[in-house]
Amino acid sequence: MENRNENLQDVEAVEIQSGEAVNADEQIHSDSILEAEAPKKKAKKVKKKATARKDMTRAQWTWHEIKRNKIAYVMVAPFFLVFLLFTVFPVGLSLVLSFTNFNMLEFKWDMFIEIKNYTRLFFEDDIFILACKNTLVFAAVTGPVSYVLSFLVAWFINELSPRIRAIVTLIFYAPSIAGSVYLIWGTLFHNDSQGWVNGMLIKMNIIDTPILWFYDEKYAMTLCIVVALWMSLGTAFLSFIAGLQTVDKSLFEAAAVDGIKNRWQELWYVTLPMMRPQLMFGAVMSITGAFGFGGVVTNLCGFPSVNYSCHTIMHCLEDYGNQRWEVGYASAIAVVLFLIMIGANTIVNKMLSKVGQ
Amino acid sequence: MQKMRVRNHQVVLNRSVGGDAGIFTFLIIMGAFMFLPMLYVIMQSLKPLDELWMFPPRFYVVHPTFKNFQDLFTLLSDSWVPFSRYIFNTVFITFMGTFGNLLLSSLAAYAISKIPFPGRKGMFWLIQRSLMFTSTVTAIANFITLSTLGLMDNPFALIIPAWGSSMGLYLMKQFMDSSISDSVLESARLDGCSEFRTFLTIAMPMVKPAWLTLIIYSFQGLWNTGASAYIYSEQLKTLNYAIGQITAGGIARAGASAASSVVMMIVPIGVFVISQSNIIETMASSGMKD
Repeated sequence: MENRNENLQDVEAVEIQSGEAVNADEQIHSDSILEAEAPKKKAKKVKKKATARKDMTRAQWTWHEIKRNKIAYVMVAPFFLVFLLFTVFPVGLSLVLSFTNFNMLEFKWDMFIEIKNYTRLFFEDDIFILACKNTLVFAAVTGPVSYVLSFLVAWFINELSPRIRAIVTLIFYAPSIAGSVYLIWGTLFHNDSQGWVNGMLIKMNIIDTPILWFYDEKYAMTLCIVVALWMSLGTAFLSFIAGLQTVDKSLFEAAAVDGIKNRWQELWYVTLPMMRPQLMFGAVMSITGAFGFGGVVTNLCGFPSVNYSCHTIMHCLEDYGNQRWEVGYASAIAVVLFLIMIGANTIVNKMLSKVGQ
Repeated sequence: MQKMRVRNHQVVLNRSVGGDAGIFTFLIIMGAFMFLPMLYVIMQSLKPLDELWMFPPRFYVVHPTFKNFQDLFTLLSDSWVPFSRYIFNTVFITFMGTFGNLLLSSLAAYAISKIPFPGRKGMFWLIQRSLMFTSTVTAIANFITLSTLGLMDNPFALIIPAWGSSMGLYLMKQFMDSSISDSVLESARLDGCSEFRTFLTIAMPMVKPAWLTLIIYSFQGLWNTGASAYIYSEQLKTLNYAIGQITAGGIARAGASAASSVVMMIVPIGVFVISQSNIIETMASSGMKD
């Protein structure tokens, strides 16, 4: 009982010190825990008595804060359990597996065959090198173009009246959420004369035999990029629209007084710096979109595409991961893709920090 | 002093007439590029057979008919797993995944945003970085995890990973940072309200736009779940997969396939139309601080 009283005093002291009351439930809860652990705690008594920040070391203070906010850990725990298991852990697991030749079919491990997977990737696998090139071309075009396009459209429609803006937003945003509607590009650019584009070209006597479009090395990549751009006004676009509406209007007047002459100067010196947080977020979204664009290509060009003309790193991953089950090798591919994305993000962040200067 | 330009009864600064015209033209061209393919799907789905196969192909439809939609449902009801089963699967996965994600992410977002516990900065840093961990990168390792957990061929193989999606948490946390004032929560705590009750009765009603946004994000992702490596029993497959099979039937099903695209796009687009203003409100706080 004596012990309990002491603990109670402690808890109260903590409360007074931090200037906020803990509810009754929690108090009882913490009491019972403290009671159970009382014998162990005896040794740490000095630590517990100290309640002001200046009396404690950094570690003690942290521990004190952890105990005081333990409810917060209960609240984040369920999410983080799932999040760590299915989003963070896979990245780590891939990293480990990429140094093995783990194979799902034989389920045999041959731990740590060192960097063999990576040397095979970069020196022996011609298709992977081709895929890397395709992915970089693809991402270097779709990423920046979709990013700039999202921003420009958002900026242009910002001055429309709210009702019209809502309709225009829908028109531009719809393709990115419409599921499998992109397959219509396959119909428009169908490889026989029934395709709308071929039909038109034949009717106008520009060509006399249908072009294979998605099944022709010359056009497949370009068309895929067009489709990717068509679908790319997504989350970043919405974020820009919303961000533009929060920019303080009086800044524009102030800027005009200060000698800003046209809309482009206003954009560079006022709007963009105010939008930097959204620009960062949009960049992450665009990068993820540009590098994660595999399924659409598969559905339009087939798998593998003609002469690997549209083969990307995602397709290599699919090939080794889900068809040949060479998980070790596929993990190495995943790690390379991941590193490329992190690198791209770092570069973009560096560039964005120069905006408006 | 130069003359001020007036547009919509308001003075506009720094906007030339030429620039407005150029932008208008740009928007029209881009709008056509975005909208015409969508329109073409709708046209295709309404075309009778002879118009689908006419040469040269015509963009618009002359005698619209709903026959393609009828065909689609006939084809679907012919499959050996009843069509309703595919719908049930998709609805089940979408509902369970979205609900779980909403619950877990908003709890975690509240704690990270409003309770100053040690470690929250690190947690949020990880969440921000993880926005880039696409499913392509994590898919292979997840296959191993799920099969170890014995979740293969179980709808929960699709549902549980969706609970830990970091996008919803990110948007929710950013929105809470900017829309809930600490003093309101402080007074609730002083009145003896537990953290869970504060969360449920005070914080959650204040972030309704963020819920909706989270629901819609989760919903869009799950609604379009197609063939998956985790599910191989036919009776557990999704609507999107079933419809994909119709489309794979080839050229003879061009009409039905366009109809299926229309059916699948109506739901997410409809949901977006209803909730657009809420989503935009949430997105206003989506920015990343360095």
